[in-house]
Amino acid sequence: MKELLDDLDRWRSAGTRVALARVVDVEGSGPRGPGAAMAVSLKGEVVGSVSGGCVEGAVVTEALSLLHGEREAGMVTFGYSDDEAFAVGLTCGGTIRLFIEEFNW
Amino acid sequence: MTLSNNLAARVRSGDPVALATVIEGEGVGNHLLIIPGADAQGSLGDPDLDRVVHRDGLAELEAGRSGIRTYGPQGQTTPEDLEGTPTVRVFVESWAPPPQMWIFGAVDFTAALARVAKILGYRVLVCDAREIFATGRRFPMADEVRVTWPTPVFDERGETLGPRDAVCILTHDPKFDIPAIAGALATRVGYIGVMGSRTTHERRLERLAEAGIAESQDLDRLMSPIGLDLGARTPEETAISICSEIIANRTGRTASQLRGGSGPIHP
Repeated sequence: MKELLDDLDRWRSAGTRVALARVVDVEGSGPRGPGAAMAVSLKGEVVGSVSGGCVEGAVVTEALSLLHGEREAGMVTFGYSDDEAFAVGLTCGGTIRLFIEEFNW
Repeated sequence: MTLSNNLAARVRSGDPVALATVIEGEGVGNHLLIIPGADAQGSLGDPDLDRVVHRDGLAELEAGRSGIRTYGPQGQTTPEDLEGTPTVRVFVESWAPPPQMWIFGAVDFTAALARVAKILGYRVLVCDAREIFATGRRFPMADEVRVTWPTPVFDERGETLGPRDAVCILTHDPKFDIPAIAGALATRVGYIGVMGSRTTHERRLERLAEAGIAESQDLDRLMSPIGLDLGARTPEETAISICSEIIANRTGRTASQLRGGSGPIHP
């Protein structure tokens, strides 16, 4: 998250709403470990990354739906381990779990 | 100061801090900020849960680990206590201070090694007793350059070295190498690499024995000659060889080619 701090500051002082997605768990093969993070502003600006580029697009969609009030803060899973498997997978075959929340704390 | 402002200040200054976040169960999105030696900030929603997570978070931070822990609503942790109660899943994210690399010897290889170490996130200390070689101008990428012998540096702060840290001894000079090796062996440092040919290595073992260092558990800790066999020639290639060994040493991997193996790459 360190690499996000300057942008988070900038958005906060501009009053821009931001969603924060952090990797909290990686199963099997995964490119980035717990703590890898990305942030998405309401305007659709993106900083950081949570995988090797496999799921970032889908995270932006989740982030925007959070900021638009269409979903609550909570977990998002990418991969094929459970029945909740998303359409988007990781090329390396692993599963990553993200926690997504509004950065307003 | 908001919780995230406090977090950002600690992360920027490289001071240890952990953030606990409820990710599933009652109170999703609640945060607790954990700072060694200070009161926690925020709450996960229950004072007993806060107390237990604070304790666990400090331990995770000490180990430099991040991960998910499961509790009962009041911080219960034993399986019997958790049976039949709704659980709260908490993600503890640790920001530990950067690992340290101490490089002894201000030689050609030192600048290249310091540069690669910086890319990997190390705080780099360069130490040499020769004033004309150990200068900040020659090693602008180092966080600190010390003109002194190894022993005072180890006496002063050897106890700050831990499993994530590395000591690289590049001097090839016994009167510098031997005290540096002895100093490093007296710490908990995770990696000790010593440069030199195989002949130098053999002679070094004799000198270490004369200095009273001959125990196999000590000598087993020495990566000497330093580095992986990449056929590295230049200082930059040698730096990659050394840093690759440090990574493999930490992860316990064999550093063989991935295409020759099977199973997951990140087990």
